[in-house]
Amino acid sequence: MSYRPTIVAFLCNWCAYTGADLAGTSRLHYAPNIRIIRVMCSGRVEPTFILKAFQQGADGVLVCGCHPGDCHYHEGNYKCLRRFKLIQKYVDQMGIEKDRLRLEWISASEGQQFAELVNNMTKTLLLLGPVKIQRSLEVQHLKQ
Amino acid sequence: MSDSSIPNPKIKLAVYWGSACGGCCVSVLDTHEKLLDIVNAADLVFWPIAMDIKYKDVEAMADQSIDLTLFNGAVRNSENKHMAEVLRKKSKVLVAYGACAYMGGIPGLANFHSREEIFKRVYEESESTLNPDKVRPVEEFEVKEGVLKIPEFFNDVYTLNQVVDVDYFIPGCPPQSERLVEVFTAVITGIGLPPKGSVVGALEKTNCDECLRKKTDNKVIKRFYRPWEIEDDKETCFLEQGVICMGPATRGGCGVRCVTGHSPCRGCYGPPPNSTDPGAKMMSSIGTMIDADSPEEIDEIIETIVDPAGLFYRFSLPGSILGRKVL
Amino acid sequence: MSKITIDPITRLEGHGKIEIFLTPDGGVENVYFQVPELRGFEKFCEGRPVEELPSIVTKICGVCPGCHHMASGKAVDAVFGLTPPPTALKLRELFYMAHFVHSHIAHFYALAAPDFVVGPTANPAERNILGVIAKVGLEIGGEVIKQRRIAQEIQALIGGHQTHVVMNTPGGVKKGINEEQRDDIVKKAEGFIEFSKFSIQLFKDVVLGNTEYVDLILKGPYALKLHSMGLVDDQNKVNFYDGKVRVVDTEGKELFKYSPNEYTDFVEERVEPWSYLKFPYLKKIGWKGFVEGQDSGVYQATPLSRLNAADGMATPVAQKEYDAMFAILGGKPVHATLAMHWARLVELIYSAERCLELAQDPDITGTELRAPIGKIVGEGVGIVEAQRGTLTHHYWTDEKGMVKKVNLIVGTTNNHAAICMSLKKAAQGLIKKDTEITEGTLNMIEMAFRAYDPCFSCATHSLPGQMRMELILKDLEGNIIRKIKRR
Ligand code: SF4
Ligand code: SF4
Ligand code: SF4
Ligand code: FES
Repeated sequence: MSYRPTIVAFLCNWCAYTGADLAGTSRLHYAPNIRIIRVMCSGRVEPTFILKAFQQGADGVLVCGCHPGDCHYHEGNYKCLRRFKLIQKYVDQMGIEKDRLRLEWISASEGQQFAELVNNMTKTLLLLGPVKIQRSLEVQHLKQ
Repeated sequence: MSDSSIPNPKIKLAVYWGSACGGCCVSVLDTHEKLLDIVNAADLVFWPIAMDIKYKDVEAMADQSIDLTLFNGAVRNSENKHMAEVLRKKSKVLVAYGACAYMGGIPGLANFHSREEIFKRVYEESESTLNPDKVRPVEEFEVKEGVLKIPEFFNDVYTLNQVVDVDYFIPGCPPQSERLVEVFTAVITGIGLPPKGSVVGALEKTNCDECLRKKTDNKVIKRFYRPWEIEDDKETCFLEQGVICMGPATRGGCGVRCVTGHSPCRGCYGPPPNSTDPGAKMMSSIGTMIDADSPEEIDEIIETIVDPAGLFYRFSLPGSILGRKVL
Repeated sequence: MSKITIDPITRLEGHGKIEIFLTPDGGVENVYFQVPELRGFEKFCEGRPVEELPSIVTKICGVCPGCHHMASGKAVDAVFGLTPPPTALKLRELFYMAHFVHSHIAHFYALAAPDFVVGPTANPAERNILGVIAKVGLEIGGEVIKQRRIAQEIQALIGGHQTHVVMNTPGGVKKGINEEQRDDIVKKAEGFIEFSKFSIQLFKDVVLGNTEYVDLILKGPYALKLHSMGLVDDQNKVNFYDGKVRVVDTEGKELFKYSPNEYTDFVEERVEPWSYLKFPYLKKIGWKGFVEGQDSGVYQATPLSRLNAADGMATPVAQKEYDAMFAILGGKPVHATLAMHWARLVELIYSAERCLELAQDPDITGTELRAPIGKIVGEGVGIVEAQRGTLTHHYWTDEKGMVKKVNLIVGTTNNHAAICMSLKKAAQGLIKKDTEITEGTLNMIEMAFRAYDPCFSCATHSLPGQMRMELILKDLEGNIIRKIKRR
């Protein structure tokens, strides 16, 4: 069976989600293996969301928010950026390649950029291969 | 229908250690005079460090015949797992006692590695070890007189709850002895027992709420320091001095012991209520304190947090969302 | 072949197992003492900042966390190339002396005394600390608990956390003490000295007053002729916190004396496929198997071997007792396993006296608690004497002090081979063709093991009770011929 990387994407309601929507309505081609979760602001993306996504088998996690200065809630995307960098350092230590986790700014009009971003990330994930978090399976096995 | 003139029958208590350091058992003893109260209210039916009961005797007990089992230590090998299963069957209430049983504890840091990596370091590479034939301990080995067996060493360290169903969790490395007495009283009287799966013997607040160091609500950090890189003023919150302290991501209940000893908290009491992953909680708190907007400056600040995984999950790697390093 | 399994051993359960194989005519062929546990600290300390290690390694053992904290603290000092200021060194040692007082009191009263005060083959239901109290009086029981608690209070005060100490920082300690606290410790230390003297007198009255016991110590199946290891100061006196490791041979002649950072030239470890614990031996001699004598590489690191390896004690009362012990036991070195109990009491007196000395030292309330940090050296060894043997921590870091490698030789590990041999000897001496094997026999085998105060038995120090044993004799088909259970 050929490997099709799964991307879980957290998109902020005001910019990124609209951008992705635009990509859809403009019938831009981008890899179909993406699961989009709409959040009100990228600042709302808790570390838990990202870690759970990986634990449940995401090969990559993408977080998108408004461009700096454009956040609907002023500071949310900065807050997100600070956390994000820390999480990235953590997941790297946990053996999950840094490139599996990306943060990008997408405005409501950047449908094209969004499509390219997803295609681009899919390519990276294809090279990296599937994420290998099998531990949860072993645990279930232990508990019988 | 209890008649107050008839004393409650003694409850049957068991204490067992898995992959543990013994500190949890010592903490039960350190209830000092209160230990006598416990002994008066309970018949100890199994406690390997103190008593003359063996595995087979426990296996022969009727199911559910032990009222309360305090299981300390993580599950590291096949023997720990077997005993966890036996004790689950025999006990009405099974408590994960201490950081190791609750979240994996310090031995859980082994989840940064595989069994093979650990064996290789200990039995082959160690500078004081001479082992040209690369001998490794094996589960069954035939010596000239017969066969010798030792338990299987798992690839992963597990929390107790990952192996069997657990009723309650008592955090701490080791748990503060006084708290045990409270929990004990609750089990004996049946009064004040929270729903199954609860953390007991600890507070609903964080360590920061309990801590006496001076703090403001608006922490801003330009860089982090390792504890020896600053001169601790012994009064101001560690985080505000730029030293990482797990206080905000740690459940209160220990009396902020380490901070009282001028050492930052390392999180042995586990995450506070409403959060299951201490590291996620800590990353989220720290994120809000970093005082920079440009990616480069943020990178520089984060560079000064030298070991986030080992620090934020010091006591909880196996019980965390990711559980182990991906190999 | 029939075999006796002492499995599991209470207070060792999950952590140790003894297999005794019998010859066809019922004698003892061989004995294996297996340790079924490994946690792998050597590996998972890698990648941590080195200053975190002192508070991580305490979790190797909840009974002697202070020993690991000290060895680790010293290794970290070395990694940073620092010598702590006098106040810090003295606070560490003061803490450590309280740790020794606590542990040695508990071991003597809960583990050793039952066998002597109550009797090695007495009814097991009485052969525990309660039986001891019944014999020597209730006040003494109360005193044991009290002294142990006081020693713990001192540790909590200086150590910062009552179990898993957090006091050490690179080049010093985090917290000092004030005059008031010092005065309190002085009083407590005076109490320790009184109680230690009382304890050794009790031992002399009960044990030396009974020829049967003296014979048991000297002539019983408990002698084991091995080399002795211990830490000594520059006068060759016993020291627990600092010094060089001295090893004397079975005749008491110095074989060598090494600084902590030279340990790999002198000690080497062997792996056996039937135990997770390694077997250290003297590298210059080499591994010659589980054999005793001058040509064997096996050594002991116990209270008795520390006394054998040194020229004396650094405090007056302890020195007097040291001389007395060797005089009565026929001169140095002593190879009687059970004399470890006596040696432990001599050490108890030393710890108490040293505790007082340190508490009275003007430096102890000083405020210079750590040395200024310079350039990181990147490698360091820390050695202390743990209650159960010489403890070695060795760390390597990068230039930022991030741990690259760790090597550990833990107290009890030193004695792994010796414990196997002591057990075998005791078993061979006690289980013979046609002898009736009683509960008392089993206890007497166990006494050989208990003398080492092995750390696998963690919390044993605090509660009454014996190891539970079961002896199963099987015929060649594996059918059980006889079962003896000790309850
Ligand atoms: S929780 Fe701490 S005290 Fe308890 S067994 Fe684990 S390491 Fe020891
Ligand atoms: S971060 Fe640490 S020092 Fe600061 S208030 Fe919280 S517990 Fe206290
Ligand atoms: S301060 Fe933190 S690390 Fe120390 S005992 Fe309390 S919860 Fe545990
Ligand atoms: S609203 Fe888009 S990032 Fe905050």
